[in-house]
Amino acid sequence: MTDPIAWLILLPLFWATAAFLLGPGRGARLAIAALLAQCGLALQLAADVIDGGARTHAVGGWGAPLGIDLAVGGLSALMLVLTQAIALPLAVYARAYFADGAPAVRYFWTLTGFLLAGLNALFLAADLFNLYVTLELVGLAAVGLVAAGGSARQVAAALRYLFAALVGSVMYLLGVALIYGAHGTVSLQTLAPLVDARAPAAVWIACGLMLAGLMLKTAIFPFHYWLPPAHGGAPAPVSALLSALVVKASFYLILRLSLEVFAPLAATAATALGLLGAAAIAWGSWQALRTVHIKMLVAWSTVAQLGYLFLVFPLLAPDGLALQAGVMQAIAHGLAKAAMFAAVGVLMLATGRDTLEGLAGVAGRMPLTLFAFGLAGVTLMGLPPSGGFLAKWLLIEAALTHGQWGWVAVVIAGGLLAAAYVFRVLRQAFLLAPADSPFHPVPRSMEWTAFVLATASMLLGLQGVELMSLLAAGS
Amino acid sequence: MALNEALILAILASSLVPGLIIFVLAESRIRLRTTLNLFGAVAKLILVGVLLAGVSAGEIYGFRHTVLPGLDLVVKADALALLFATLSAVLWLFTTLYAIGYLEGSPHRSRFFGFFSLCVTATMGIAMAGNLFTFFVFYELLTLATYPLVVHRGTPQAMRGGTVYLAYTLGGGALLLTGIVWLHGLTGSVDFAHGGYLSALGPDYGGQLQFVFLLLIAGVGVKAALVPLHGWLPQAMVAPAPVSALLHAVAVVKAGAFGVERIVYEVYGVEFAQSLDLLTPLAAVAAVTIVWGSFRALFQNDLKKRLAYSTVSQVSYIVLGTALFGPVGTVGGLVHLVHQGIMKITLFFCAGNYAETLGVHKVSELDGAGRRMPLTTLAFSIAALGMMGAPLTAGAVSKAWLLDGAAEAGMHWAGWVLWTSSVLNAAYFLPILWRAWARPAPAVWPEERVPARGRIETLWLLLLPPLATAIMTIAAAVFADSAWSPLAWARLIAAREYSGAMP
Repeated sequence: MTDPIAWLILLPLFWATAAFLLGPGRGARLAIAALLAQCGLALQLAADVIDGGARTHAVGGWGAPLGIDLAVGGLSALMLVLTQAIALPLAVYARAYFADGAPAVRYFWTLTGFLLAGLNALFLAADLFNLYVTLELVGLAAVGLVAAGGSARQVAAALRYLFAALVGSVMYLLGVALIYGAHGTVSLQTLAPLVDARAPAAVWIACGLMLAGLMLKTAIFPFHYWLPPAHGGAPAPVSALLSALVVKASFYLILRLSLEVFAPLAATAATALGLLGAAAIAWGSWQALRTVHIKMLVAWSTVAQLGYLFLVFPLLAPDGLALQAGVMQAIAHGLAKAAMFAAVGVLMLATGRDTLEGLAGVAGRMPLTLFAFGLAGVTLMGLPPSGGFLAKWLLIEAALTHGQWGWVAVVIAGGLLAAAYVFRVLRQAFLLAPADSPFHPVPRSMEWTAFVLATASMLLGLQGVELMSLLAAGS
Repeated sequence: MALNEALILAILASSLVPGLIIFVLAESRIRLRTTLNLFGAVAKLILVGVLLAGVSAGEIYGFRHTVLPGLDLVVKADALALLFATLSAVLWLFTTLYAIGYLEGSPHRSRFFGFFSLCVTATMGIAMAGNLFTFFVFYELLTLATYPLVVHRGTPQAMRGGTVYLAYTLGGGALLLTGIVWLHGLTGSVDFAHGGYLSALGPDYGGQLQFVFLLLIAGVGVKAALVPLHGWLPQAMVAPAPVSALLHAVAVVKAGAFGVERIVYEVYGVEFAQSLDLLTPLAAVAAVTIVWGSFRALFQNDLKKRLAYSTVSQVSYIVLGTALFGPVGTVGGLVHLVHQGIMKITLFFCAGNYAETLGVHKVSELDGAGRRMPLTTLAFSIAALGMMGAPLTAGAVSKAWLLDGAAEAGMHWAGWVLWTSSVLNAAYFLPILWRAWARPAPAVWPEERVPARGRIETLWLLLLPPLATAIMTIAAAVFADSAWSPLAWARLIAAREYSGAMP
């Protein structure tokens, strides 16, 4: 049992349980230590995949169809590395953030552990039903994290989120049941050759249900209604985890299923998905330009940035440009959004205000945090040399190669809109502060974690070759 | 890593590393900060000198890093790169000295000098970019690094200037990006090459290439302040004087003009561009810009705003020279890239001196400034005469080559444009000189901050840089025929861009 595949799921389950047993708010140090180990495991797994290609792991020695198979390929290895790489700095951040024993910390470490176990399992699952189980685990842990603050606003947001998550899961499960009825299997590998464009109506319906459920969970326009209150209302480390990782999990599923299993059917919905992506970019950016709350601005920006991920579908082609673009965007946005929520958390603690107006003067007082916010913003705008820039470059190149001009305009306009809302914040920060504004010191570790995450999203743009070779390995 | 690779990265690092260290320095560490700034500036100058010697001896310096399969970040030093890099490195040293004096005692200096260093790093990157992708990376980095400098004072005016600046430059960047990705799709990742690389595509792509040219030139035209994309430049003059110097002479508008040269000479190739009928429209835009900028400058009472419109006009001399088909016009455009830089930076240094020493911001307040500040006004006068193209100044050299170039290209109207602009230049500069030298000084200056001490009219650090660049303005003309003048270097470049023989 030294396979990193199993340990990536067991380890977070273990520290989540331990944190629960230790009592409310305890377990931070254990979590950080374990996350360090998880990072190592994920990197080792990625190295294995580069060397040996995709592989499966039969849990407990019992493979499918009796037992459970776990599988890892280039895409899942990348997502695993990303998840651990974002979770580790956020754990360090959260430890300082919750140092005063806010109510939200009571179950934070437990729920985060389950969330990460669910995410890791989701990236490794090899059949539709296990995917459902992991999806449910991720959804429930995330709802718990949003609700943990306990204020009326947070509970209301959590209930909305719960509703969306459950409806999404049920639709997905219904789809799985229909597939099982039609083909008698839920294994992705077995299903792939069975599905073609002449599939029976039940499979088409199943496919549609699963897609709709996953879109609801990914919060793509017009299913985004639950996201801004949930991500904008939760404590900063929770918002960061949710925006950076959780919505990416359901996107990963859509991408993977449409590539590996339902490719013959997915093409019909591709243009519609792209259009929804474009609408998400426009609507999310517009709302981010209008809101007066800084955290809501970041949450609406997530709605907009998720739109880019869906632009990938109409451009998917054997040249792989669009797939690379989507994955690059998922990674870059994950790092940048984690950094941005972390930075905003610091700024809100320091100024004691949650509005843009309250930010006047932070450029002079908290340059490091503002710099982190700015770097993360550069990634969102898609300016070089960030990872977001490479994603955008690849998207434009894919669109031009296929002669689909419209998407080029969407990508370019989206970048300018992002610049407009990011500079709303930066501009405010450069204003002179009113002399009497209060200012609370914030632990340096929080400032630095935001900075590290932002720098990572920036430097990612220089390491595209390594990422793409991992993505290509085992696919 | 080979020595040649290390050398070229060291040029970028010589401003990037001090800049990053300065960001984390406490505000009170004045001496360390100054040391770092000057160390970086001098080290860069020495490194550029080494490269200059190497390139003229035929040495090749380059560095390549692959960011995506088929997409390379390429930094290399060729003759054209070094023309711009040398100009920026020299002027950066003077601007740094000036900024240290100018900002003495003001808040947020660590932030200022940090971004200042980033700006110069980006400019060096633009100069030495080896392909369009790399050019774009540094071009956008320059936009981002300049914004905090433009809004440095944090006043509502500064904020407005900054927002306008961003709106223009990011919009231009978007057009540029579209054009670059388009070309990338057609040719793959190709490095800049003497004589261009697009002619290999053949005549079938003519229409596409004309459209891409429009995108690219509009993209770089924003920074080069081509009319009608020039609106940001007069707004951005609210920035502190060293930043204006940076915007107008060292980095930003120069990056735009330099981009035009790279695109025309080393992407399309000047002969191929001519065959696609691209040069005449470009010359027409440049001509409109030259006349319009000079015309608008006539009506500005704010000194820095008048200088800003003057920049709009003068930078397009470079574009016009590029668009005049023929080696003589090319030399004129290239050499004016350098000459405009040293003359305009002198003018902005002097404008800053008037504002900092006497509180004089308007042309109408300059009466008698020549008696109170003779050395500053002398430097200002030399640079202003240079802008008009007076003999024995750098401006005369540029103008002579441009006029010959216009004649050689058979575009006689371009010659008339240049003459009109000279007359307009005289019309907005001579009144300033007359006021400063001939009118009596007022009893009290608007806001005198630095009292005169004997013959020293203001702080040494404010006085030396404009005097030095004013001397360079004359030296560039007097020693134009020496082997190391900007003119000689421009002729070397032009010789490499045309397949035919050189004059």
